[in-house]
Amino acid sequence: MNAQIPNGTKALARRIRIHALRMNSRGSGSHIGAVFSCADILAVLYGQVLNVDPSNPRSPARDRFVLSKGHACAGLYAALAERGFFPVEKLETHYQNGSDLCGHASHKVPGVEVSTGALGHGLSMACGMAYAARLTGAGHRVFALLSDGECDEGSVWEAALFAGHHHLDNLTVIIDYNRLQGIAPVADVLELAPLDDKWRSFGWAVEEVDGHDHAALEERLRAMPFAKGKPSCLIARTVKGKGVSFMENTVLWHYRIPRGSEFEAALLELENHQ
Amino acid sequence: MRDVFVRTLTEIAARRPEIMLLTGDLGFGVLNDFVARFPKQFLNMGVAEQNMTGLAAGLALEGHIVFTYSLGSFPTLRCLEQIRNDLCYHQANVKIVTVGGGMAYGAVGMSHHATEDLAILRSLPNMTVVSPGDHWEVAQATRVLVDHPGPAYLRLDKSAAPPSHQPGERFRLGKARIIRDGADLTLVATGGILEEAVRAADLLEGCGVSCRVLSIHTVKPLDTEALSAAARETGGMVVIEEHTVDGGLGGAVAENLLELGAPPAFFLRIGLRSCFPSAVGSQHYLRKVHGLDAQAIVDAVLARRCPRRDSQPLVPAL
Repeated sequence: MNAQIPNGTKALARRIRIHALRMNSRGSGSHIGAVFSCADILAVLYGQVLNVDPSNPRSPARDRFVLSKGHACAGLYAALAERGFFPVEKLETHYQNGSDLCGHASHKVPGVEVSTGALGHGLSMACGMAYAARLTGAGHRVFALLSDGECDEGSVWEAALFAGHHHLDNLTVIIDYNRLQGIAPVADVLELAPLDDKWRSFGWAVEEVDGHDHAALEERLRAMPFAKGKPSCLIARTVKGKGVSFMENTVLWHYRIPRGSEFEAALLELENHQ
Repeated sequence: MRDVFVRTLTEIAARRPEIMLLTGDLGFGVLNDFVARFPKQFLNMGVAEQNMTGLAAGLALEGHIVFTYSLGSFPTLRCLEQIRNDLCYHQANVKIVTVGGGMAYGAVGMSHHATEDLAILRSLPNMTVVSPGDHWEVAQATRVLVDHPGPAYLRLDKSAAPPSHQPGERFRLGKARIIRDGADLTLVATGGILEEAVRAADLLEGCGVSCRVLSIHTVKPLDTEALSAAARETGGMVVIEEHTVDGGLGGAVAENLLELGAPPAFFLRIGLRSCFPSAVGSQHYLRKVHGLDAQAIVDAVLARRCPRRDSQPLVPAL
Protein backbone atom coordinates (compact mmCIF):
# COMPACT_ATOMS: atom_id res chain seq x y z
CA MET A 1 0.00 0.00 0.00
CA ASN A 2 2.79 2.40 0.87
CA ALA A 3 4.02 2.53 -2.70
CA GLN A 4 0.76 4.10 -3.78
CA ILE A 5 1.02 6.95 -1.32
CA PRO A 6 3.73 9.36 -2.47
CA ASN A 7 5.70 10.83 0.43
CA GLY A 8 3.70 8.92 3.02
CA THR A 9 0.60 9.66 5.02
CA LYS A 10 1.59 13.17 6.05
CA ALA A 11 1.67 14.28 2.44
CA LEU A 12 -1.60 12.45 1.89
CA ALA A 13 -3.18 14.29 4.82
CA ARG A 14 -2.02 17.59 3.38
CA ARG A 15 -3.52 16.74 -0.01
CA ILE A 16 -6.78 15.66 1.66
CA ARG A 17 -6.96 19.02 3.43
CA ILE A 18 -6.21 21.01 0.28
CA HIS A 19 -8.74 19.05 -1.77
CA ALA A 20 -11.35 19.45 0.97
CA LEU A 21 -10.71 23.17 1.25
CA ARG A 22 -11.22 23.62 -2.48
CA MET A 23 -14.27 21.34 -2.49
CA ASN A 24 -15.93 23.16 0.38
CA SER A 25 -15.10 26.59 -1.03
CA ARG A 26 -17.18 25.93 -4.13
CA GLY A 27 -20.24 24.46 -2.50
CA SER A 28 -23.42 25.67 -0.96
CA GLY A 29 -22.38 24.14 2.32
CA SER A 30 -19.27 23.22 4.25
CA HIS A 31 -18.05 21.14 7.18
CA ILE A 32 -14.43 22.05 6.73
CA GLY A 33 -13.56 22.10 10.42
CA ALA A 34 -14.85 18.56 10.84
CA VAL A 35 -12.86 17.37 7.80
CA PHE A 36 -9.60 18.92 9.01
CA SER A 37 -10.19 17.35 12.41
CA CYS A 38 -10.09 13.82 10.98
CA ALA A 39 -7.87 14.32 7.90
CA ASP A 40 -4.89 12.69 9.61
CA ILE A 41 -6.98 9.72 10.70
CA LEU A 42 -8.28 9.27 7.15
CA ALA A 43 -4.75 9.57 5.73
CA VAL A 44 -3.38 6.89 8.05
CA LEU A 45 -6.35 4.59 7.41
CA TYR A 46 -6.25 4.91 3.62
CA GLY A 47 -2.49 5.27 3.42
CA GLN A 48 -1.38 2.48 5.72
CA VAL A 49 -4.04 0.54 7.53
CA LEU A 50 -7.03 -0.40 5.41
CA ASN A 51 -6.79 -3.36 3.09
CA VAL A 52 -8.70 -1.93 0.14
CA ASP A 53 -8.22 -2.32 -3.59
CA PRO A 54 -9.21 0.49 -5.95
CA SER A 55 -9.31 -1.94 -8.86
CA ASN A 56 -11.79 -4.13 -6.99
CA PRO A 57 -13.67 -1.84 -4.59
CA ARG A 58 -16.24 -4.50 -3.62
CA SER A 59 -13.72 -7.27 -2.99
CA PRO A 60 -15.21 -9.49 -0.26
CA ALA A 61 -11.85 -9.56 1.53
CA ARG A 62 -11.62 -5.77 1.86
CA ASP A 63 -11.61 -4.05 5.20
CA ARG A 64 -14.85 -2.13 5.74
CA PHE A 65 -14.67 1.53 6.67
CA VAL A 66 -17.80 3.39 7.73
CA LEU A 67 -17.61 7.16 7.96
CA SER A 68 -20.38 7.57 10.49
CA LYS A 69 -19.67 11.30 10.71
CA GLY A 70 -20.84 11.57 7.12
CA HIS A 71 -20.52 15.34 7.06
CA ALA A 72 -16.75 14.91 6.80
CA CYS A 73 -17.18 13.17 3.44
CA ALA A 74 -15.03 15.67 1.55
CA GLY A 75 -12.07 14.15 3.38
CA LEU A 76 -13.19 10.63 2.54
CA TYR A 77 -13.79 11.47 -1.13
CA ALA A 78 -10.34 13.07 -1.30
CA ALA A 79 -8.69 10.04 0.30
CA LEU A 80 -10.46 7.70 -2.10
CA ALA A 81 -9.51 9.79 -5.12
CA GLU A 82 -5.89 9.91 -3.96
CA ARG A 83 -5.96 6.12 -3.59
CA GLY A 84 -7.23 5.78 -7.15
CA PHE A 85 -10.87 4.83 -6.61
CA PHE A 86 -11.86 7.57 -9.04
CA PRO A 87 -10.07 10.43 -10.80
CA VAL A 88 -8.94 13.31 -8.60
CA GLU A 89 -10.58 15.73 -11.09
CA LYS A 90 -13.98 14.37 -10.05
CA LEU A 91 -13.51 16.03 -6.66
CA GLU A 92 -14.22 19.35 -8.35
CA THR A 93 -17.85 18.28 -8.77
CA HIS A 94 -18.44 18.10 -5.01
CA TYR A 95 -21.67 19.93 -4.14
CA GLN A 96 -22.23 20.74 -7.82
CA ASN A 97 -25.39 20.06 -9.84
CA GLY A 98 -25.43 16.56 -11.28
CA SER A 99 -22.58 15.21 -9.16
CA ASP A 100 -22.79 12.10 -7.00
CA LEU A 101 -20.33 13.67 -4.55
CA CYS A 102 -22.97 15.09 -2.25
CA GLY A 103 -22.38 16.87 1.02
CA HIS A 104 -22.68 13.73 3.12
CA ALA A 105 -21.11 10.36 2.41
CA SER A 106 -22.81 8.51 -0.44
CA HIS A 107 -22.48 4.83 -1.29
CA LYS A 108 -23.02 5.76 -4.93
CA VAL A 109 -19.36 6.85 -4.90
CA PRO A 110 -16.80 4.09 -5.59
CA GLY A 111 -15.12 2.99 -2.38
CA VAL A 112 -17.72 4.45 -0.02
CA GLU A 113 -19.16 1.57 1.97
CA VAL A 114 -22.44 3.12 3.12
CA SER A 115 -24.30 6.39 2.93
CA THR A 116 -24.34 8.36 6.15
CA GLY A 117 -25.13 11.88 7.19
CA ALA A 118 -27.82 11.43 9.81
CA LEU A 119 -25.69 10.84 12.88
CA GLY A 120 -25.87 7.67 14.92
CA HIS A 121 -26.38 5.26 12.01
CA GLY A 122 -22.87 4.13 11.10
CA LEU A 123 -21.93 2.09 14.13
CA SER A 124 -25.03 -0.12 13.87
CA MET A 125 -24.29 -0.85 10.24
CA ALA A 126 -20.64 -1.52 11.10
CA CYS A 127 -21.77 -3.92 13.84
CA GLY A 128 -23.83 -5.80 11.25
CA MET A 129 -20.81 -6.06 8.96
CA ALA A 130 -18.57 -7.21 11.81
CA TYR A 131 -21.10 -9.78 13.01
CA ALA A 132 -21.50 -11.10 9.45
CA ALA A 133 -17.72 -11.44 9.11
CA ARG A 134 -17.55 -13.40 12.32
CA LEU A 135 -20.33 -15.74 11.21
CA THR A 136 -18.31 -16.76 8.17
CA GLY A 137 -14.91 -16.57 9.84
CA ALA A 138 -13.80 -13.92 7.36
CA GLY A 139 -10.62 -12.18 8.41
CA HIS A 140 -11.33 -8.64 7.33
CA ARG A 141 -11.77 -5.83 9.84
CA VAL A 142 -14.45 -3.19 10.28
CA PHE A 143 -13.67 0.40 11.22
CA ALA A 144 -16.15 3.16 12.02
CA LEU A 145 -15.23 6.82 12.49
CA LEU A 146 -17.59 8.74 14.77
CA SER A 147 -17.66 12.34 15.87
CA ASP A 148 -17.87 13.27 19.52
CA GLY A 149 -21.13 15.16 19.10
CA GLU A 150 -22.52 12.04 17.45
CA CYS A 151 -22.16 10.27 20.79
CA ASP A 152 -25.22 12.25 21.92
CA GLU A 153 -27.30 9.89 19.79
CA GLY A 154 -28.85 7.06 21.78
CA SER A 155 -28.44 4.69 18.85
CA VAL A 156 -24.65 4.90 19.23
CA TRP A 157 -24.98 3.39 22.69
CA GLU A 158 -27.44 0.75 21.53
CA ALA A 159 -24.79 -0.37 19.06
CA ALA A 160 -21.99 -0.06 21.63
CA LEU A 161 -23.94 -2.31 23.97
CA PHE A 162 -24.41 -4.88 21.19
CA ALA A 163 -20.74 -4.94 20.14
CA GLY A 164 -19.56 -5.32 23.73
CA HIS A 165 -22.05 -8.05 24.51
CA HIS A 166 -21.14 -10.01 21.39
CA HIS A 167 -17.37 -9.53 21.79
CA LEU A 168 -16.93 -8.13 18.28
CA ASP A 169 -13.16 -7.84 18.35
CA ASN A 170 -13.00 -7.38 14.57
CA LEU A 171 -14.63 -3.96 15.04
CA THR A 172 -12.85 -0.70 15.83
CA VAL A 173 -14.48 2.61 16.57
CA ILE A 174 -12.44 5.77 16.22
CA ILE A 175 -13.85 8.82 17.96
CA ASP A 176 -12.82 12.15 16.49
CA TYR A 177 -12.75 13.85 19.90
CA ASN A 178 -12.25 17.52 19.03
CA ARG A 179 -14.62 18.70 21.78
CA LEU A 180 -16.56 21.05 19.54
CA GLN A 181 -19.89 20.00 18.12
CA GLY A 182 -22.29 21.67 15.70
CA ILE A 183 -22.93 24.96 17.40
CA ALA A 184 -21.16 24.79 20.77
CA PRO A 185 -18.45 23.06 22.79
CA VAL A 186 -19.25 19.49 23.87
CA ALA A 187 -18.72 20.49 27.49
CA ASP A 188 -21.47 23.10 27.21
CA VAL A 189 -23.95 20.87 25.38
CA LEU A 190 -23.79 17.38 26.86
CA GLU A 191 -20.53 16.60 28.61
CA LEU A 192 -19.09 13.31 27.38
CA ALA A 193 -16.21 12.99 29.84
CA PRO A 194 -15.13 10.53 30.95
CA LEU A 195 -15.62 9.23 27.43
CA ASP A 196 -13.09 6.42 27.81
CA ASP A 197 -14.86 5.07 30.88
CA LYS A 198 -18.19 5.17 29.11
CA TRP A 199 -16.95 2.94 26.29
CA ARG A 200 -15.01 0.74 28.72
CA SER A 201 -18.13 0.18 30.78
CA PHE A 202 -19.93 -0.97 27.63
CA GLY A 203 -17.40 -3.76 27.22
CA TRP A 204 -14.91 -2.12 24.88
CA ALA A 205 -11.12 -2.01 25.07
CA VAL A 206 -10.30 1.69 24.98
CA GLU A 207 -7.12 3.53 24.09
CA GLU A 208 -6.39 7.18 23.50
CA VAL A 209 -4.13 8.73 20.93
CA ASP A 210 -3.12 12.09 19.54
CA GLY A 211 -5.34 12.14 16.46
CA HIS A 212 -2.77 14.12 14.47
CA ASP A 213 0.25 11.92 15.30
CA HIS A 214 0.54 9.62 12.30
CA ALA A 215 3.02 7.20 13.80
CA ALA A 216 0.92 6.79 16.93
CA LEU A 217 -2.31 6.45 14.94
CA GLU A 218 -0.82 3.81 12.70
CA GLU A 219 0.66 1.90 15.59
CA ARG A 220 -2.68 1.85 17.45
CA LEU A 221 -4.81 1.03 14.42
CA ARG A 222 -2.54 -1.85 13.49
CA ALA A 223 -2.73 -3.14 17.05
CA MET A 224 -6.46 -3.79 17.03
CA PRO A 225 -8.03 -5.62 18.73
CA PHE A 226 -6.65 -3.88 21.78
CA ALA A 227 -7.90 -6.84 23.82
CA LYS A 228 -8.93 -10.24 22.55
CA GLY A 229 -12.68 -10.72 22.69
CA LYS A 230 -13.48 -7.02 22.93
CA PRO A 231 -14.34 -4.39 20.35
CA SER A 232 -11.74 -1.62 20.21
CA CYS A 233 -12.39 2.07 20.78
CA LEU A 234 -9.68 4.53 19.85
CA ILE A 235 -10.35 7.96 21.24
CA ALA A 236 -8.44 10.33 18.99
CA ARG A 237 -7.77 13.67 20.63
CA THR A 238 -8.06 16.13 17.79
CA VAL A 239 -8.30 19.80 17.01
CA LYS A 240 -11.24 20.94 14.98
CA GLY A 241 -10.05 22.84 11.92
CA LYS A 242 -6.52 21.43 12.33
CA GLY A 243 -4.03 22.78 9.82
CA VAL A 244 -5.39 26.31 9.35
CA SER A 245 -4.59 28.58 12.27
CA PHE A 246 -7.73 30.69 12.19
CA MET A 247 -9.99 27.66 11.86
CA GLU A 248 -8.49 25.69 14.72
CA ASN A 249 -10.66 25.21 17.79
CA THR A 250 -13.48 27.41 16.58
CA VAL A 251 -17.13 26.45 16.39
CA LEU A 252 -17.53 28.97 13.58
CA TRP A 253 -15.72 26.74 11.10
CA HIS A 254 -18.05 23.80 11.60
CA TYR A 255 -20.37 25.28 8.96
CA ARG A 256 -18.60 28.35 7.55
CA ILE A 257 -17.76 28.20 3.88
CA PRO A 258 -14.16 29.22 3.10
CA ARG A 259 -14.37 31.88 0.39
CA GLY A 260 -12.36 34.83 -0.89
CA SER A 261 -9.51 35.99 1.30
CA GLU A 262 -10.25 33.36 3.93
CA PHE A 263 -9.94 30.65 1.30
CA GLU A 264 -6.67 32.13 0.00
CA ALA A 265 -5.20 32.43 3.48
CA ALA A 266 -6.18 28.88 4.38
CA LEU A 267 -4.73 27.51 1.14
CA LEU A 268 -1.48 29.34 1.72
CA GLU A 269 -1.13 27.86 5.19
CA LEU A 270 -1.82 24.34 3.97
CA GLU A 271 0.54 24.64 1.00
CA ASN A 272 3.33 25.99 3.14
CA HIS A 273 2.86 23.35 5.80
CA GLN A 274 5.67 20.82 5.94
CA MET B 1 -50.84 -14.97 11.65
CA ARG B 2 -47.75 -14.72 13.83
CA ASP B 3 -47.53 -18.48 14.30
CA VAL B 4 -47.98 -19.10 10.58
CA PHE B 5 -45.19 -16.65 9.82
CA VAL B 6 -42.77 -18.16 12.33
CA ARG B 7 -43.57 -21.70 11.23
CA THR B 8 -43.08 -20.83 7.57
CA LEU B 9 -39.84 -18.95 8.17
CA THR B 10 -38.51 -21.80 10.29
CA GLU B 11 -39.28 -24.24 7.50
CA ILE B 12 -37.48 -22.06 4.92
CA ALA B 13 -34.51 -21.28 7.17
CA ALA B 14 -33.60 -24.97 7.21
CA ARG B 15 -32.41 -24.70 3.62
CA ARG B 16 -31.51 -21.03 3.53
CA PRO B 17 -28.60 -20.41 5.92
CA GLU B 18 -28.35 -16.79 4.79
CA ILE B 19 -31.66 -16.02 6.56
CA MET B 20 -31.26 -14.18 9.86
CA LEU B 21 -34.07 -13.50 12.32
CA LEU B 22 -33.57 -10.52 14.64
CA THR B 23 -36.04 -9.77 17.40
CA GLY B 24 -36.41 -6.67 19.51
CA ASP B 25 -36.76 -8.84 22.62
CA LEU B 26 -40.28 -9.94 21.71
CA GLY B 27 -41.81 -13.27 20.80
CA PHE B 28 -41.56 -15.08 24.14
CA GLY B 29 -42.20 -18.76 23.56
CA VAL B 30 -43.02 -18.17 19.91
CA LEU B 31 -39.52 -18.25 18.46
CA ASN B 32 -38.22 -21.21 20.50
CA ASP B 33 -38.25 -23.70 17.67
CA PHE B 34 -36.41 -21.34 15.34
CA VAL B 35 -33.84 -20.49 18.01
CA ALA B 36 -33.27 -24.12 18.94
CA ARG B 37 -32.81 -25.24 15.36
CA PHE B 38 -30.90 -22.27 13.96
CA PRO B 39 -29.06 -20.54 16.79
CA LYS B 40 -26.55 -18.98 14.40
CA GLN B 41 -29.35 -17.43 12.38
CA PHE B 42 -30.98 -15.74 15.35
CA LEU B 43 -30.19 -12.65 17.39
CA ASN B 44 -32.12 -11.11 20.24
CA MET B 45 -31.18 -7.48 19.70
CA GLY B 46 -32.62 -6.31 22.99
CA VAL B 47 -35.04 -3.44 23.30
CA ALA B 48 -33.13 -1.40 20.74
CA GLU B 49 -35.00 -1.06 17.47
CA GLN B 50 -32.73 1.58 15.95
CA ASN B 51 -29.70 -0.65 16.34
CA MET B 52 -31.68 -3.70 15.22
CA THR B 53 -32.59 -1.97 11.97
CA GLY B 54 -29.20 -0.41 11.24
CA LEU B 55 -27.43 -3.65 12.09
CA ALA B 56 -29.84 -5.54 9.84
CA ALA B 57 -28.72 -3.25 7.01
CA GLY B 58 -25.09 -4.14 7.74
CA LEU B 59 -25.87 -7.86 7.71
CA ALA B 60 -27.89 -7.53 4.52
CA LEU B 61 -25.10 -5.65 2.74
CA GLU B 62 -22.90 -8.65 3.53
CA GLY B 63 -25.33 -11.03 1.84
CA HIS B 64 -27.85 -12.03 4.50
CA ILE B 65 -31.62 -11.99 4.17
CA VAL B 66 -32.67 -10.39 7.43
CA PHE B 67 -36.05 -10.44 9.15
CA THR B 68 -36.50 -7.94 11.99
CA TYR B 69 -39.34 -8.85 14.32
CA SER B 70 -41.20 -6.78 16.84
CA LEU B 71 -44.63 -5.49 17.80
CA GLY B 72 -46.94 -2.66 16.83
CA SER B 73 -45.05 0.38 15.62
CA PHE B 74 -41.80 -0.49 17.43
CA PRO B 75 -39.96 -1.88 14.36
CA THR B 76 -41.26 0.88 12.09
CA LEU B 77 -41.87 4.28 13.63
CA ARG B 78 -39.30 3.98 16.41
CA CYS B 79 -36.55 3.49 13.85
CA LEU B 80 -38.05 5.19 10.82
CA GLU B 81 -34.86 7.02 9.87
CA GLN B 82 -32.86 3.78 9.94
CA ILE B 83 -35.51 2.28 7.64
CA ARG B 84 -35.34 5.25 5.30
CA ASN B 85 -31.57 5.78 5.17
CA ASP B 86 -30.04 2.40 5.98
CA LEU B 87 -32.58 0.02 4.44
CA CYS B 88 -34.39 1.83 1.65
CA TYR B 89 -31.58 3.99 0.29
CA HIS B 90 -29.18 1.03 0.25
CA GLN B 91 -31.91 -1.33 -1.01
CA ALA B 92 -30.89 -3.61 1.83
CA ASN B 93 -32.46 -7.04 1.88
CA VAL B 94 -34.30 -6.61 5.16
CA LYS B 95 -37.89 -7.60 5.88
CA ILE B 96 -39.48 -5.77 8.77
CA VAL B 97 -42.13 -7.84 10.50
CA THR B 98 -44.60 -6.52 13.00
CA VAL B 99 -47.11 -8.53 14.93
CA GLY B 100 -50.14 -6.61 16.06
CA GLY B 101 -51.08 -4.67 12.94
CA GLY B 102 -53.97 -2.27 13.53
CA MET B 103 -55.55 -2.66 16.96
CA ALA B 104 -54.71 -6.34 17.36
CA TYR B 105 -53.30 -5.63 20.81
CA GLY B 106 -56.53 -3.85 21.59
CA ALA B 107 -56.73 -3.65 25.34
CA VAL B 108 -53.08 -2.89 26.00
CA GLY B 109 -53.46 0.61 24.64
CA MET B 110 -52.56 2.96 21.81
CA SER B 111 -48.80 2.61 22.40
CA HIS B 112 -49.10 -0.93 21.04
CA HIS B 113 -51.35 -0.20 18.07
CA ALA B 114 -50.04 0.14 14.52
CA THR B 115 -52.49 2.49 12.86
CA GLU B 116 -50.32 4.84 10.79
CA ASP B 117 -47.70 2.36 9.61
CA LEU B 118 -49.08 1.64 6.15
CA ALA B 119 -49.22 5.32 5.22
CA ILE B 120 -45.72 6.01 6.49
CA LEU B 121 -44.03 2.91 5.13
CA ARG B 122 -45.62 3.14 1.69
CA SER B 123 -44.21 6.63 1.27
CA LEU B 124 -40.65 5.29 1.36
CA PRO B 125 -38.92 4.66 -1.98
CA ASN B 126 -37.83 1.04 -2.60
CA MET B 127 -40.14 -0.27 0.12
CA THR B 128 -42.61 -3.09 -0.47
CA VAL B 129 -45.59 -3.10 1.91
CA VAL B 130 -47.40 -6.36 2.57
CA SER B 131 -50.43 -6.77 4.81
CA PRO B 132 -51.95 -10.25 4.48
CA GLY B 133 -55.64 -10.88 5.10
CA ASP B 134 -55.61 -14.58 5.96
CA HIS B 135 -53.24 -17.34 7.01
CA TRP B 136 -52.63 -18.60 3.50
CA GLU B 137 -51.54 -15.12 2.42
CA VAL B 138 -49.18 -14.93 5.41
CA ALA B 139 -47.44 -18.19 4.51
CA GLN B 140 -47.25 -17.28 0.84
CA ALA B 141 -46.03 -13.76 1.51
CA THR B 142 -43.31 -15.05 3.82
CA ARG B 143 -42.06 -17.43 1.13
CA VAL B 144 -42.20 -14.83 -1.61
CA LEU B 145 -40.47 -12.14 0.46
CA VAL B 146 -37.47 -14.39 1.09
CA ASP B 147 -36.75 -14.28 -2.62
CA HIS B 148 -37.86 -10.70 -3.19
CA PRO B 149 -34.78 -8.48 -3.09
CA GLY B 150 -34.79 -5.23 -1.15
CA PRO B 151 -36.60 -3.91 1.88
CA ALA B 152 -40.13 -4.95 2.71
CA TYR B 153 -42.63 -4.54 5.51
CA LEU B 154 -44.80 -7.46 6.57
CA ARG B 155 -47.69 -6.39 8.75
CA LEU B 156 -49.20 -9.28 10.68
CA ASP B 157 -52.59 -9.13 12.33
CA LYS B 158 -54.08 -11.24 15.07
CA SER B 159 -57.38 -11.58 13.28
CA ALA B 160 -57.66 -13.23 9.88
CA ALA B 161 -60.30 -13.85 7.25
CA PRO B 162 -61.42 -17.46 6.70
CA PRO B 163 -59.46 -19.42 4.10
CA SER B 164 -60.48 -18.62 0.55
CA HIS B 165 -57.61 -19.79 -1.64
CA GLN B 166 -58.28 -22.15 -4.48
CA PRO B 167 -56.33 -25.33 -5.20
CA GLY B 168 -53.31 -24.40 -7.26
CA GLU B 169 -53.78 -20.68 -6.67
CA ARG B 170 -50.55 -18.71 -6.97
CA PHE B 171 -49.74 -15.81 -4.68
CA ARG B 172 -48.10 -12.88 -6.40
CA LEU B 173 -46.77 -9.78 -4.70
CA GLY B 174 -48.60 -6.72 -5.98
CA LYS B 175 -51.55 -8.73 -7.31
CA ALA B 176 -54.86 -8.43 -5.52
CA ARG B 177 -56.94 -11.53 -4.85
CA ILE B 178 -60.63 -11.59 -5.72
CA ILE B 179 -62.14 -13.29 -2.68
CA ARG B 180 -65.59 -13.25 -4.24
CA ASP B 181 -67.14 -11.58 -7.23
CA GLY B 182 -70.11 -9.23 -7.36
CA ALA B 183 -71.53 -6.49 -9.52
CA ASP B 184 -72.97 -3.72 -7.37
CA LEU B 185 -69.89 -2.59 -5.50
CA THR B 186 -66.39 -3.61 -4.47
CA LEU B 187 -65.18 -3.97 -0.92
CA VAL B 188 -61.41 -3.47 -0.87
CA ALA B 189 -59.59 -4.56 2.29
CA THR B 190 -56.09 -5.10 3.59
CA GLY B 191 -55.05 -7.12 6.64
CA GLY B 192 -57.11 -9.22 9.01
CA ILE B 193 -60.02 -6.81 8.72
CA LEU B 194 -60.67 -8.63 5.46
CA GLU B 195 -62.84 -10.84 7.70
CA GLU B 196 -65.16 -7.87 8.32
CA ALA B 197 -65.31 -7.16 4.59
CA VAL B 198 -66.32 -10.75 3.87
CA ARG B 199 -69.01 -10.66 6.56
CA ALA B 200 -70.25 -7.30 5.30
CA ALA B 201 -70.49 -8.79 1.80
CA ASP B 202 -72.61 -11.64 3.19
CA LEU B 203 -74.93 -9.18 4.91
CA LEU B 204 -75.19 -6.93 1.90
CA GLU B 205 -76.00 -9.93 -0.26
CA GLY B 206 -79.02 -10.42 2.00
CA CYS B 207 -80.04 -6.85 1.23
CA GLY B 208 -79.77 -7.42 -2.47
CA VAL B 209 -76.39 -5.77 -2.87
CA SER B 210 -73.90 -7.95 -4.66
CA CYS B 211 -70.27 -7.27 -3.63
CA ARG B 212 -66.91 -8.04 -5.11
CA VAL B 213 -64.32 -8.44 -2.34
CA LEU B 214 -60.66 -7.72 -3.04
CA SER B 215 -57.85 -8.64 -0.70
CA ILE B 216 -55.07 -6.13 -1.16
CA HIS B 217 -52.32 -8.10 0.56
CA THR B 218 -49.75 -5.84 -1.11
CA VAL B 219 -50.34 -2.18 -0.40
CA LYS B 220 -47.22 -1.25 -2.31
CA PRO B 221 -46.85 -1.83 -5.19
CA LEU B 222 -50.58 -1.45 -5.58
CA ASP B 223 -52.55 -3.57 -8.04
CA THR B 224 -54.02 -0.68 -10.00
CA GLU B 225 -55.19 -3.06 -12.71
CA ALA B 226 -57.52 -4.98 -10.41
CA LEU B 227 -58.66 -1.75 -8.78
CA SER B 228 -59.46 0.08 -11.99
CA ALA B 229 -61.27 -3.02 -13.28
CA ALA B 230 -63.33 -3.06 -10.09
CA ALA B 231 -64.09 0.64 -10.45
CA ARG B 232 -65.18 0.08 -14.01
CA GLU B 233 -67.13 -3.13 -13.52
CA THR B 234 -68.91 -2.48 -10.23
CA GLY B 235 -71.01 0.39 -9.00
CA GLY B 236 -68.76 1.76 -6.30
CA MET B 237 -65.83 1.13 -4.01
CA VAL B 238 -65.43 0.93 -0.26
CA VAL B 239 -61.91 0.66 1.10
CA ILE B 240 -61.58 -0.95 4.54
CA GLU B 241 -58.49 -0.84 6.71
CA GLU B 242 -57.66 -0.99 10.40
CA HIS B 243 -55.57 2.12 10.05
CA THR B 244 -56.02 5.84 9.76
CA VAL B 245 -57.89 6.90 6.63
CA ASP B 246 -55.13 9.46 6.04
CA GLY B 247 -52.71 8.11 3.50
CA GLY B 248 -53.28 4.41 4.01
CA LEU B 249 -54.85 1.95 1.58
CA GLY B 250 -57.83 4.24 0.98
CA GLY B 251 -55.50 7.08 0.16
CA ALA B 252 -53.41 4.90 -2.13
CA VAL B 253 -56.47 3.66 -4.01
CA ALA B 254 -57.91 7.16 -4.37
CA GLU B 255 -54.65 8.64 -5.61
CA ASN B 256 -54.12 5.96 -8.19
CA LEU B 257 -57.65 5.68 -9.55
CA LEU B 258 -57.97 9.43 -9.84
CA GLU B 259 -54.68 9.71 -11.64
CA LEU B 260 -55.63 6.86 -13.99
CA GLY B 261 -58.89 8.61 -14.83
CA ALA B 262 -60.75 5.61 -13.45
CA PRO B 263 -62.62 6.85 -10.39
CA PRO B 264 -65.37 4.56 -9.07
CA ALA B 265 -69.00 5.72 -9.20
CA PHE B 266 -68.83 6.23 -5.47
CA PHE B 267 -65.96 5.93 -3.05
CA LEU B 268 -65.84 5.50 0.68
CA ARG B 269 -63.01 4.97 3.14
CA ILE B 270 -63.63 2.93 6.27
CA GLY B 271 -60.86 3.46 8.81
CA LEU B 272 -59.86 5.48 11.82
CA ARG B 273 -60.77 9.13 11.44
CA SER B 274 -57.86 11.14 12.85
CA CYS B 275 -57.98 9.63 16.29
CA PHE B 276 -55.98 7.51 18.67
CA PRO B 277 -58.14 4.66 19.89
CA SER B 278 -58.11 5.22 23.63
CA ALA B 279 -61.07 3.04 24.54
CA VAL B 280 -60.13 -0.22 26.23
CA GLY B 281 -61.21 -3.43 24.59
CA SER B 282 -60.53 -6.33 22.30
CA GLN B 283 -59.74 -5.85 18.62
CA HIS B 284 -63.32 -6.68 17.68
CA TYR B 285 -64.73 -4.38 20.32
CA LEU B 286 -62.54 -1.51 19.12
CA ARG B 287 -63.57 -2.12 15.52
CA LYS B 288 -67.18 -1.73 16.60
CA VAL B 289 -66.44 1.43 18.60
CA HIS B 290 -64.67 3.01 15.64
CA GLY B 291 -67.13 1.95 12.97
CA LEU B 292 -64.88 -0.61 11.30
CA ASP B 293 -66.86 -3.81 11.83
CA ALA B 294 -69.10 -5.57 9.32
CA GLN B 295 -72.27 -3.91 10.58
CA ALA B 296 -70.71 -0.46 10.36
CA ILE B 297 -69.54 -1.20 6.83
CA VAL B 298 -73.05 -2.29 5.85
CA ASP B 299 -74.60 0.79 7.44
CA ALA B 300 -72.15 3.10 5.70
CA VAL B 301 -72.74 1.44 2.35
CA LEU B 302 -76.51 1.55 2.59
CA ALA B 303 -76.50 5.15 3.77
CA ARG B 304 -74.29 6.09 0.87
CA ARG B 305 -76.17 4.15 -1.79
CA CYS B 306 -79.61 5.19 -0.62
CA PRO B 307 -79.12 8.48 1.17
CA ARG B 308 -82.79 9.34 1.35
CA ARG B 309 -84.09 5.89 2.16
CA ASP B 310 -85.65 5.68 5.59
CA SER B 311 -83.76 3.63 7.99
CA GLN B 312 -85.16 0.18 7.43
CA PRO B 313 -84.28 -2.97 9.34
CA LEU B 314 -82.75 -4.37 6.17
CA VAL B 315 -79.76 -5.73 7.95
CA PRO B 316 -80.06 -8.01 10.92
CA ALA B 317 -77.95 -6.97 13.87
CA LEU B 318 -74.78 -9.01 14.14
